[in-house]
Amino acid sequence: MATFDLNDDGLVVIVGSGAGGGTLGTQLALKGIRTVILEAGARHNMEDFVNDEWASFAQLAWSDMRTTSGSWRVARDFPNLPAWIVKAVGGSTVHWAGASLRFEEHEFRIRDAYGALPGANLLDWPITLAELEPWYAKAEDRMGVTRTNGIPGLPGNNNFKVMEAGAKRVGYSQVHTGRMAINSRERDDRGSCQQIGFCFQGCKSGAKWSTLIAEIPKGEETGNLEVRPNCMAIRIEHDAAGKVTGVVYADEKGTLQRQKARIVAVAGNSIESPRLLLNSASSLFPDGLANSSGQVGRNYMRHMTGSVYGVFERSVHMYRGTTMAGIIRDEAHHDPKRGFVAGYEMETVSLGIPFMAAFLNPGAWGRTFTSAMEQYPRMAGMWLVGEDMPQETNRITLDPAVKDKFGMPVASVHYDDHPNDVAMRNHAYQQGAAIYEAVGATVTYPTTPYPSTHNMGTNRMSAKPRDGVVNRFGQTHDVKNLFVSDGSQFTSGAACNPTLTIVALALRQADHIAGAMQRREI
Amino acid sequence: MREVDPRRQVSRRNFLQSAAVAAPAAALATGAGLSVDEAWADTAAALSPAELKTLVKVARDIYPHDFLADVYYITAVKPWDGKAAADPAVKAMLSEGVGRLDADARSRHKVPYAQVGWEADRVRLLAGIEHTDFFKKIRSDLVVSLYNQPEIWPKFGYEGSSADKGGYIDRGFNDIDWLPKV
Ligand SMILES: Cc1cc2nc3c(=O)[nH]c(=O)nc-3n(C[C@H](O)[C@H](O)[C@H](O)COP(=O)(O)OP(=O)(O)OC[C@H]3O[C@@H](n4cnc5c(N)ncnc54)[C@H](O)[C@@H]3O)c2cc1C
Ligand code: SF4
Repeated sequence: MATFDLNDDGLVVIVGSGAGGGTLGTQLALKGIRTVILEAGARHNMEDFVNDEWASFAQLAWSDMRTTSGSWRVARDFPNLPAWIVKAVGGSTVHWAGASLRFEEHEFRIRDAYGALPGANLLDWPITLAELEPWYAKAEDRMGVTRTNGIPGLPGNNNFKVMEAGAKRVGYSQVHTGRMAINSRERDDRGSCQQIGFCFQGCKSGAKWSTLIAEIPKGEETGNLEVRPNCMAIRIEHDAAGKVTGVVYADEKGTLQRQKARIVAVAGNSIESPRLLLNSASSLFPDGLANSSGQVGRNYMRHMTGSVYGVFERSVHMYRGTTMAGIIRDEAHHDPKRGFVAGYEMETVSLGIPFMAAFLNPGAWGRTFTSAMEQYPRMAGMWLVGEDMPQETNRITLDPAVKDKFGMPVASVHYDDHPNDVAMRNHAYQQGAAIYEAVGATVTYPTTPYPSTHNMGTNRMSAKPRDGVVNRFGQTHDVKNLFVSDGSQFTSGAACNPTLTIVALALRQADHIAGAMQRREI
Repeated sequence: MREVDPRRQVSRRNFLQSAAVAAPAAALATGAGLSVDEAWADTAAALSPAELKTLVKVARDIYPHDFLADVYYITAVKPWDGKAAADPAVKAMLSEGVGRLDADARSRHKVPYAQVGWEADRVRLLAGIEHTDFFKKIRSDLVVSLYNQPEIWPKFGYEGSSADKGGYIDRGFNDIDWLPKV
């Protein structure tokens, strides 16, 4: 494992070790490029993960202060927890459930496909599905996604079987146990899924892909990658010519350090990445680094989400086995006849008793609530995830009053549902309930969105510099040697879960960076 | 299908764990912890026994589960006493909150809150203070301090930790047997 000097100015310095940063850093290292990853959180081993929801949350989740505003219910119920993401080596791939889907062709050109929608800031990506397909294929192979590369699907658990039976009864046909970055058999030196059921809590068996266990160690083995845990980037610095020169960060003791860099890549997830760029404002970049478009922090997307839980006369035990290995794709297409543009997926989900109490209906109390809790063993659950509309006013800003322990203004997250999001959610609630009722549900619960697990769009990709922050390779329009490498690049969010696309983009970006370095362009 | 046994798991390991982490000493003194010594509230550091007992009643009225003995509500609420001892503002918030509930109960039912006979009547009193800091703090704390007690999970049909038991691969992850054929 490498250690690099603070004054070494030949390095690529990446902020964040999650899906984007962990993949990019590993891929660069494999290509022989010396790379440092600064990670705000600690490094845990697989053995240290705990099968206990709150204890695991305390171990892994980002709990530093954030503030919220807007009409979304999360701002009322969890004013300081807008997002459920990880602060640890591996980033949110430690928490993630593994669902790994490709965007549809039209989802890269939504302005074209959906037309002008009042209040929405729709823009086509500067890349097409055809361009990304080879990178999707590489990402699927790398992550060992089931139902690709000849890898069999996972076996269906009880929760899936209920959803599948209901889906077939209401006439859906695209129903299966998902494309999951979870081993259904041994692969890549990792064992197969033991159906533990704590995928969100960091898989203790290693069956689930994460950058922590499946990427970073391979990068480190090359001697070209150094990961520095407990190092929080505060500011990116630049020279008089406007090229970035390094990153100032607080190390594990809280001491400020300055790591020099040839190239900087930001991958702190879609709330922290714009925060870091905005906090790096200078006289040359008065509105924040790479923000000549004014789009840094804007177009924050978090997916149209929600859940439906159905209660049956007999037991389901939905918590047994892989949390999200089950999907219905029949509503994922774009069909404005349903009263909204874009589409959504339905995926199995389950929470344990502690999280169910907190998230089933936040703030609720009394017998209606406790009677629902008492149905727990007879519940089946699904998560609804669909494309939400990018809006300029949904945005991350620096909180004008609240600062973190390093004196850095905290991120303030504003989100209002677009009428299209609301119409889609209501449709999804109805369909979800119908699925469970078709196999005998006595009650169904349309459950409000959890704090955001999918965060996207706040440094969007655009063909023209005035429309967005980064170009087709995630390189900022304004600063040649500054890249964005996480989900904040997304121009739109699509119906499906984002991580496969983040990884595909990171692999493609690594190729681009390596080429540009070799050609001495940066 | 393999059903979950709702009885308290008193394996020695669980018992010691819960003794250390959760259950109050008074409850443990009675053995399995299912009944509670009347004097449990007498050793409180900051709150009066009556205040603590009212808080327990409030806790049960907020999240009523008739299959849960008082001990679990006591466990959930008792830490407020320590917080009140450490912080006069917390003590004031709790004493004023309980005081207001008792006053409301007396004016409507001529008895303090804990002696109002029907849950529905007590719930109406709670609804009257739902917007207060006192209620919001008690409820949001309780949703964790009650439901995060591993001892109660089997009663809800939840089995908790599973990696230590080899996951569910051989323990019924796909054992559902009542679904209609499609
Ligand atoms: C419970 C849960 C389930 C999920 N399930 C799925 C799923 O099934 N499928 C799917 O596609 N997606 C899923 N996701 C989402 C997925 O985890 C994220 O989309 C993905 O990990 C985002 O990648 P990222 O690189 O943008 O950020 P992350 O993976 O979150 O990584 C960002 C990292 O940057 C670090 N960081 C931030 N700021 C700084 C700073 N200033 N200095 C240093 N380090 C910093 C953070 O600590 C973090 O480790 C899930 C997420 C959660 C929480
Ligand atoms: S169900 Fe499978 S993927 Fe999920 S935690 Fe268990 S072994 Fe890991």
